[in-house]
Amino acid sequence: MRTPLAWLESRTGYGSMLRNALYETVPGGASWRHVWGSALVFTFFIQIVTGLFLWLAYSPSTHTAWESVYFLQYRMTGGWLLRGLHHYTADVMIVLLVLHLMQVVVAGAYRAPREVNFWTGLALLLLCLALSLTGYLLPWDQRGFCATGVATSIMGITPAIGPQLKQVALGGTVFGHHTLTRFFALHAGFLPVVMAILIASHVHLLRRHGRALSQPTRRPDCAWWPDQALKDAVACFAVLAAVLFLIVKPSLMGGSAGAPLGAPADPSDPFASYAAARPEWYFLFLFQLLKYFPGRSEIWGAIVIPGLTLMLVAAMPWLGRWNLGHRFNLGFLCVILVAIATLSGLAISEDWHKPEYQAAVSTARVESQRAKQLAGTLGIPAAGAASLLQSDPLTEGPKLFARNCAGCHRYGGTDGLGQVLSEKQSASDLKGYASRRWITGLIDPRSVASISYMGGSSHTTGEMVRFVSTVVAGYTPEKKAQLAQIIAAVSAEAQLPRQHDLEIRDNRAIRDGRDLLADGNLRCTECHRFHAPDDATIAPDLTGYGSHEWQVSFISNPADSRFYGKSNDRMPRFGEDHILLAEAIGVIADWLREDWVDADKLEAPHAASGGRL
Amino acid sequence: MNIERSVRAGDRRVFLKKLLVIAIGSVLASLPLGAGMAVLLSPLRRRADRGQAIFVATLDSVPADGTPRKFAVVSTREDAWNRSTGVVGAVYLRRTGHTVHAFNVACPHAGCVVEYSAARAGFSCPCHNSRFDLNGAISDPKSPAPRRLDALDVEIRDDSQVWVAFQNFRTGDTAKVAI
Repeated sequence: MRTPLAWLESRTGYGSMLRNALYETVPGGASWRHVWGSALVFTFFIQIVTGLFLWLAYSPSTHTAWESVYFLQYRMTGGWLLRGLHHYTADVMIVLLVLHLMQVVVAGAYRAPREVNFWTGLALLLLCLALSLTGYLLPWDQRGFCATGVATSIMGITPAIGPQLKQVALGGTVFGHHTLTRFFALHAGFLPVVMAILIASHVHLLRRHGRALSQPTRRPDCAWWPDQALKDAVACFAVLAAVLFLIVKPSLMGGSAGAPLGAPADPSDPFASYAAARPEWYFLFLFQLLKYFPGRSEIWGAIVIPGLTLMLVAAMPWLGRWNLGHRFNLGFLCVILVAIATLSGLAISEDWHKPEYQAAVSTARVESQRAKQLAGTLGIPAAGAASLLQSDPLTEGPKLFARNCAGCHRYGGTDGLGQVLSEKQSASDLKGYASRRWITGLIDPRSVASISYMGGSSHTTGEMVRFVSTVVAGYTPEKKAQLAQIIAAVSAEAQLPRQHDLEIRDNRAIRDGRDLLADGNLRCTECHRFHAPDDATIAPDLTGYGSHEWQVSFISNPADSRFYGKSNDRMPRFGEDHILLAEAIGVIADWLREDWVDADKLEAPHAASGGRL
Repeated sequence: MNIERSVRAGDRRVFLKKLLVIAIGSVLASLPLGAGMAVLLSPLRRRADRGQAIFVATLDSVPADGTPRKFAVVSTREDAWNRSTGVVGAVYLRRTGHTVHAFNVACPHAGCVVEYSAARAGFSCPCHNSRFDLNGAISDPKSPAPRRLDALDVEIRDDSQVWVAFQNFRTGDTAKVAI
């Protein structure tokens, strides 16, 4: 009677194939020296498995790439682990490949008849780097976007075909949807298929020529199964343990476990994040090398030197035929490794001592955190997650202020982004604008004409300064108390989120202040309008003063009769003259009002859904 | 005797080695596969829609003579990472006296959208010819639909607004199971 397995054996010969594979002869018995190949095949296995599952969740377009990766990592069960495995196994794979290459060169295992196998190994190393390069872009975060931008620019300086090559790779002249579809197809389709074929060839050639021994051994040979298999399994286990450690490491340092995900790439403002962009650590030496080749000599650092080095490595099997040649190969490999280590070290230490880089990295970290928080609470609009940051006052407000307002104004003494400017301040400091504290400073004889308020502008000789420094200066304690109520009332017009609780508490004083103001007790309404039509006003309307609507209108056109009218000093009509888009003006107004989605309230949805931040 | 024992000890050692390799191998394979399966199966963790009341139409816009009329249901739409406001489905509203009945337009057979036909005085499915009467019951015994049209809870607010607890249900099932 024939069992089904025997039938299958007779039809396919799978058993003999399996036996052939399992009982491969290991010369000199099982050894740790032979584990590298298996460990590398194991990393390839992890990449294929995790890569295929990642495919289930990934969506390659500029509006969905970051978003789908975010969703995978923070919302889908096990997503952080899956992506972490894929990300860090790539790192470990590179390390193993280099170690394997070193081992082969040291043992002289590239010599005849194994030349072709040496080359397939070298090709596998290059393929691995190509996979890493294409994979780096796929999450479409700031870092990957900028770093890959640099990499493709280098590709563009290849002689003769560079520009065309780059254009084909990008699917256009600039990064866009097709860059992602192409990189994804390369990363998940073309390159892995080539890699699988090369691995199969590599293993086939290994079996054909047998495992190389650096020196003859007297120990008896053994079969791969199970002696060598056990050593291989232990090595693979160590690899997995290393990968798991790398995945968990960020959470030991106060972050969240898994691969990093920066803020979403913003092609509409692609210049914002280059300062923090660095390639993967194993490309740092190339990154550093480029710094030494000024102007048109860049091609030497980018293409010629790496290319020649690679060709010399590929020529090792021939050079190694002579004893001296083998020594040369060893020396050359040492030189390469030392050069790579030195350049990488220099790159890291330069960055370490560069305050701009450190600042950019911490900004990038904050923005990445903020993007995830906003995506978690608000959900992501169809325009993509980058639009969440663009319309977020906390993120975008200071940038807009620095670019458009800090030429004259200050924010807490800085340009809004924390930089103290050397230019002279010539308009008010707007930190806390419309808050009680700010208005109190304005109506204080000691500070009204200071640079923080009216000092820098033409209003320093205006009615308000005159009124405050003569009339208010002579107020009795009773009048001062009335003024405090009026200030509370005017500030309440702004409905600042930060004063919300305070204003509920002081409800009565605010009502009294409003009445005092309307009655013209302290003469404010002689110049200002307040909740009543009045054509004779010469100063900004206090109705709704500091509110979102008021500020947007003011920034749009400060010379409107509702505000400064003809006495407007130098402030541009940002909306009226189309200097800024309406959305940007709204963002500036909300930032000054400190009116944004609160970070503290954002953690909850993540905790509820078991997501991690 | 001694030789036999040492052979057996050797066999045992080889067997243990094989066992160990298989054990380690299983751990190695299970981690990436396990993480992948967790992601693959994560849609199963989604809880059924509770069917929150959504404003669908004003009472005036529902014909008083009992003719069913189709209305779009606009609500917050969640699609994986995207959140937006849009059409999440449609309902037929039908007035009988002071009450309003609502049916999900999806045919319970395979989810095609049923159409009201005045000539047939009922609903019919354009895909596989299921027929339902004005109350949503199956009117043609040859209908492939496993159950009547899915009725939805209706609430009239301020005597003028029709709010519907909109839900979708599992198709092809005799039981009405919210999804």
